[in-house]
Amino acid sequence: MARILIIAEHLNGKLNSSTARCVTCAREIKPDAIDVLVLSEAPDSIAAEAAKIESVSKVLTVANPANAHALAAVCAPQIAAVAKNGYSHVFAPSTTFGKDLAPRVAALLGVAQVSDVMKANDAHTFQRPIYAGNAIVTVHAPADQILVATVRTASYPAAGNGANAAPIEAMNVSVELPTHTRFVELAQAKSDRPDLQSARRVVSGGRGVGSKENFAIIFQLADKLGAAVGASRAAVDAGYVPSDLQVGQTGKIIAPELYMAIGISGAIQHLTGIKDAGTIVAINKDGEAPIFEVADIGLVGDLFKLIPELEQALN
Amino acid sequence: MKILVGYKRVVDYNVRIQVKPDGSGVVSDGVKLSANPFDDIALEEALRLREKGIATEVIVATIGPADCQAHLRNGLAMGANRAIHVVTSDAIQPLTAARTLLKLIEKEQPQIVILGKQAIDDDCNQTGQMLAALWNRPQATFASKVDVTGNAVRVTREVDAGLETIEVDLPAVITTDLRLNEPRFIKLPDIMKAKSKPLETIEFAALAVESGDHLKTTNYAPPAKRSRGVMVKDAAELVAALKTKGLL
Ligand SMILES: Cc1cc2nc3c(=O)[nH]c(=O)nc-3n(C[C@H](O)[C@H](O)[C@H](O)COP(=O)(O)OP(=O)(O)OC[C@H]3O[C@@H](n4cnc5c(N)ncnc54)[C@H](O)[C@@H]3O)c2cc1C
Ligand SMILES: Nc1ncnc2c1ncn2[C@@H]1O[C@H](COP(=O)(O)O)[C@@H](O)[C@H]1O
Repeated sequence: MARILIIAEHLNGKLNSSTARCVTCAREIKPDAIDVLVLSEAPDSIAAEAAKIESVSKVLTVANPANAHALAAVCAPQIAAVAKNGYSHVFAPSTTFGKDLAPRVAALLGVAQVSDVMKANDAHTFQRPIYAGNAIVTVHAPADQILVATVRTASYPAAGNGANAAPIEAMNVSVELPTHTRFVELAQAKSDRPDLQSARRVVSGGRGVGSKENFAIIFQLADKLGAAVGASRAAVDAGYVPSDLQVGQTGKIIAPELYMAIGISGAIQHLTGIKDAGTIVAINKDGEAPIFEVADIGLVGDLFKLIPELEQALN
Repeated sequence: MKILVGYKRVVDYNVRIQVKPDGSGVVSDGVKLSANPFDDIALEEALRLREKGIATEVIVATIGPADCQAHLRNGLAMGANRAIHVVTSDAIQPLTAARTLLKLIEKEQPQIVILGKQAIDDDCNQTGQMLAALWNRPQATFASKVDVTGNAVRVTREVDAGLETIEVDLPAVITTDLRLNEPRFIKLPDIMKAKSKPLETIEFAALAVESGDHLKTTNYAPPAKRSRGVMVKDAAELVAALKTKGLL
């Protein structure tokens, strides 16, 4: 009997869509229950959102001031305690939140973790990428242990939202919580643009854009398309844009309908982040750039000439 | 204060990995091996903390096959004071790696343990978090800035939402992100010097680590291939192509 516990990701009182993507992955297993656990200082509004997600059986909440910020060392013992209430699986999204947290839960339970699940063949058999996505392995986890996994969010669409009204249950978890880890601050770039991880369209710039100032041209095109902005590692390292815009093996793994790579060569570590994109467009002055090997539509030329022309053509 | 650094040897990041036709693994014969890039960053950070006078000794540790010695000598040439080689011919999984590193912690009593955020072969991103849990100590993952102040360390972390800063009491586990620092290059004289630095070898079995290798891998497959699409000659054609696909 599979009973799956999904750890809700949320920030500033809002549920992250990664949670509904984990639900879609959980559904592949055809479990008997999909419960969502919300750890927060004030979980009510987040739990209400989670209760609407299709296929969710129940939402559990643990309200505690210690849960005001998602500190893995504080959350993990609570999750491990809840997981022991008859759950067969614990899922978290493969975002920085889930990557930080899930292994700590697995270690407390003394079990292995499957990272970046891209397909569940059955309740204990999964496919996941290794070597920057250059190989996909099938891994089997023992059926007699709780299985902890992170779900590669780009592999799963978000489960539908609206029709469901799962019951919400407040829980008390009596475990000792550490004080050795303290939240100081979160520096978030304010942006009215769509969120990179869930945007339908993404325009990314690379080293070819040349400078922080020049990046305005990428932002402008993105705004015209209602797109989120992304970047290669080289662009982030050079300080053109903040690190949370990095797409790739060590940045964000995304699956927009439209991805435009501008002045990006197409290193394997970058391509890992976009292989599930619907349509990839590449603009690069070097016709031999590896990005053209994967692009659905390629355009060779100088980005500083082509982008203004593109904006014209879009009018 | 001692710093312990996880220093795994992996297939070099420039190698384009090929899956064997029979799906039994990836081609590894003659493939270039290097330090996991995140572990070079971990070692560099430890060396900088020593240069600032915060740390007194930097130890690099590898769990790997017998021929990992040259790899550890590289870590010593970069500047580590000494190396520990836990010898095992089996490829171990993160829970086992964490349990093994915990044994080394018990032996060496470091105040800071720095690992890479992920090994670029298995791409697990687990060992540091698991180690911190088993050790019952704080974790500061995906670090892009590390500030040690007395008995605590402030770490800025690269998270999806931006940059998060947390403060953790020592001892603690830190895992590195790419922008924490740029590792130094090894100089020829340092390679000579490294030859006489202490390198301790421990048989994996001697540590009596309970195996956490619970996962079985049965098949390796190449990823679904994206194929080359069409080339357009100008912006107007690009817009037309996007319209045809219903994307505009
Ligand atoms: C462990 C590890 C992890 C990594 N993780 C990531 C990751 O997550 N994401 C990532 O992106 N990278 C990652 N990298 C780095 C990756 O290997 C590449 O170095 C990086 O992606 C290159 O970025 P780029 O394409 O912008 O730069 P370059 O490779 O320098 O390419 C710039 C491109 O711009 C083109 N260009 C220049 N000027 C113009 C112009 N005027 N008009 C049009 N085109 C122009 C050039 O022809 C060139 O193709 C990682 C590397 C390592 C070792
Ligand atoms: N066999 C090993 N030897 C030394 N360090 C390791 C080993 N396995 C994992 N690590 C450390 O743990 C980090 C994360 O590995 P992983 O969880 O496998 O992605 C690596 O960057 C290393 O610092």
